[in-house]
Amino acid sequence: MTDKKAGGDVRLTGISKTYGSFTAVHPLDLTVPEGSFFALLGASGCGKTTTLRMIAGLEDPTTGSVFLGDKDVTDLPPYKRPVNTVFQSYALFPHLTIYENVAFGLRRRGIRSVKKQVDDMLELVQLGDKAKHKPHQLSGGQQQRVAVARALINHPQVLLLDEPLGALDLKLRRQMQLELKRIQTEVGITFVHVTHDQEEAMTMADTVAVMNGGRVEQLGAPSELYENPQTTFVANFLGTSNLIEAEVAEAAGGQVVVTAAGAKLRLPAARCATQPRTGGKLLVGVRPEKISLAHADDAGDIADGRNRFTGKIADSSFIGVSTQFVIDSPVCPELEVYVQNIERDPRLVPGAEVVLHWNPEHTFGLDAAQDIDAGVETVEETA
Amino acid sequence: MTVTEAPPASPAPAAPEPVLRKQPVRRKLVPYWLLLPGILWLLVFFALPMVYQASTSVQTGSLEKGFQVTWHFQTYWDALSEYYPQFLRSLLYAGTATILCLLLGYPLAYLIAFKAGRWRNLLLVLVIAPFFTSFLIRTLAWKTILADGGPVVDVLNTVGFLDVTGWLGMTEGNRVLATPLAVVTGLTYNFLPFMILPLYTSLERIDPRLHEAAGDLYARPSTVFRRVTFPLSMPGVVSGTLLTFIPASGDYVNAELLGSTDTRMVGNVIQSQFLRVLDYPTAAALSFILMAVVLIMVTVYIRRAGTEDLV
Repeated sequence: MTDKKAGGDVRLTGISKTYGSFTAVHPLDLTVPEGSFFALLGASGCGKTTTLRMIAGLEDPTTGSVFLGDKDVTDLPPYKRPVNTVFQSYALFPHLTIYENVAFGLRRRGIRSVKKQVDDMLELVQLGDKAKHKPHQLSGGQQQRVAVARALINHPQVLLLDEPLGALDLKLRRQMQLELKRIQTEVGITFVHVTHDQEEAMTMADTVAVMNGGRVEQLGAPSELYENPQTTFVANFLGTSNLIEAEVAEAAGGQVVVTAAGAKLRLPAARCATQPRTGGKLLVGVRPEKISLAHADDAGDIADGRNRFTGKIADSSFIGVSTQFVIDSPVCPELEVYVQNIERDPRLVPGAEVVLHWNPEHTFGLDAAQDIDAGVETVEETA
Repeated sequence: MTVTEAPPASPAPAAPEPVLRKQPVRRKLVPYWLLLPGILWLLVFFALPMVYQASTSVQTGSLEKGFQVTWHFQTYWDALSEYYPQFLRSLLYAGTATILCLLLGYPLAYLIAFKAGRWRNLLLVLVIAPFFTSFLIRTLAWKTILADGGPVVDVLNTVGFLDVTGWLGMTEGNRVLATPLAVVTGLTYNFLPFMILPLYTSLERIDPRLHEAAGDLYARPSTVFRRVTFPLSMPGVVSGTLLTFIPASGDYVNAELLGSTDTRMVGNVIQSQFLRVLDYPTAAALSFILMAVVLIMVTVYIRRAGTEDLV
């Protein structure tokens, strides 16, 4: 990290890709700072892999340029770019041993004594004893580590990861996430990681770009994206959001007051993605874990100044660390509330009347002109 | 769970035991039943003729007096010393034709596998289209194509191609027909599909992402081919060359129709010994020598190519 060369950023300027009449990536400007762990997050078909392949040179952009540092690499073929890719299917060479797979890039660049480097790299990914094996003799997780080693050994300016953990089972995936993060911190190379798994993106990346329909919806640190989504897609795709359709009653002095089905809710104007206008519509959002539940009998104990309204428990599921409630309320159907299992209130069972309340600071506002369900995952992604 | 279910479970296995014992026996026999037709076929049409030929090769006698098994192995030596030029010629022609098939077939198979897109199936049909016509008719057609003074020969003559082949000893003067070149051309033409199809099958199985990965790892396109594509297509190269070389080395139709007495291959000798000279022992001995030579060459070749290692 200390021997950083100035301006080793990846810069995409006005880059786009169209296939016939289909636009995979709309003109896009993006800067990935050197040494960062950057994630492109989105559902399958959102253009994230195409963007990655344009950086690698495996896809020619229809318009725009790719810069590595100050160098325009748009017209360079992949084998001339100081960029390496970890492919989704790993794409290990089946006819070569693990050792030769890892040495491949070094040999192509005419480096003669590769033994030490290859041994060190295999050590880094803990596969020193597998050097003489063929790829098909290794498990999925081991193949994945070979793919990482094969790319990293070349000390690329940028390492591109195309859903590298997609084929692994959940437990191994979590383990590899930490492993990749550790390697990235150790070698200090810029990582650009493509994934459809929002948890993976948030755990690993410094900066996440959420892509949807060939465009970047929002870019920022994971906590920033989670706390301050700017669109309904981001609000729903990253975690779960309760979005309430409300009418602006008052917008002055840094405070916005809205009404929804008779309930009066407040939120800071600074947390509105759009300029709220009195009498206009606003989507009010709150994350399920920010909401507290109180039984209707205890309504009087709730502190003043909190957003509150009543509802009825429709469903509850015990998860272990928390209990997830689904609440029906005239304000919003099917509200989700996650309550930590610290002291469980035995009265909170389906059918019980409850009061939902939360700190108004934890409320965000979105433009009501959008599809309220954008980014809601209906089917488990398998891509 | 184990505690509650253990008592009722213990008598249960006793009852179905005889049933369990019967089933594996019947199931074990299934593979043999499935093999039976093939084995019978091979027995009648392969093993028996082989034994018959082997016995013929060590017989002596004549057609009038009848042949007797006399364990006369001298026939092998006599046949080899008399016909070794035809043997060498067969191996040379078949080898040349195999190399030409590989050089012509590989680019085509590569194109069909990776670049043809929606034309892929049509091109594959075109590759096997010659099989819709008889082998003999197609070879006879080449007689016309390569005829003296025909357009093909004229062009080859004008561009100086015949000077080169003449220097290589494959043609004489400005003739193509009845020269080694004509025979090799015929062999190449007739066996080309047997080269292309296995090549295509093994190229088509290569994941195109391996090409991308190699390119991503600093391999220029020529290196990608040398280090990734070609090694991975070795199973196709091996089976293609075998499917071309083995039948080509025993072929006699091409030499018969397109060649002359100077281009006789071992297949022509065997054919005439069997059907014209009626010297059955010599013909049988020649057949066995050819088989042994090809078998040894193929074994050495497969060992060297080392394709068992490829998955």
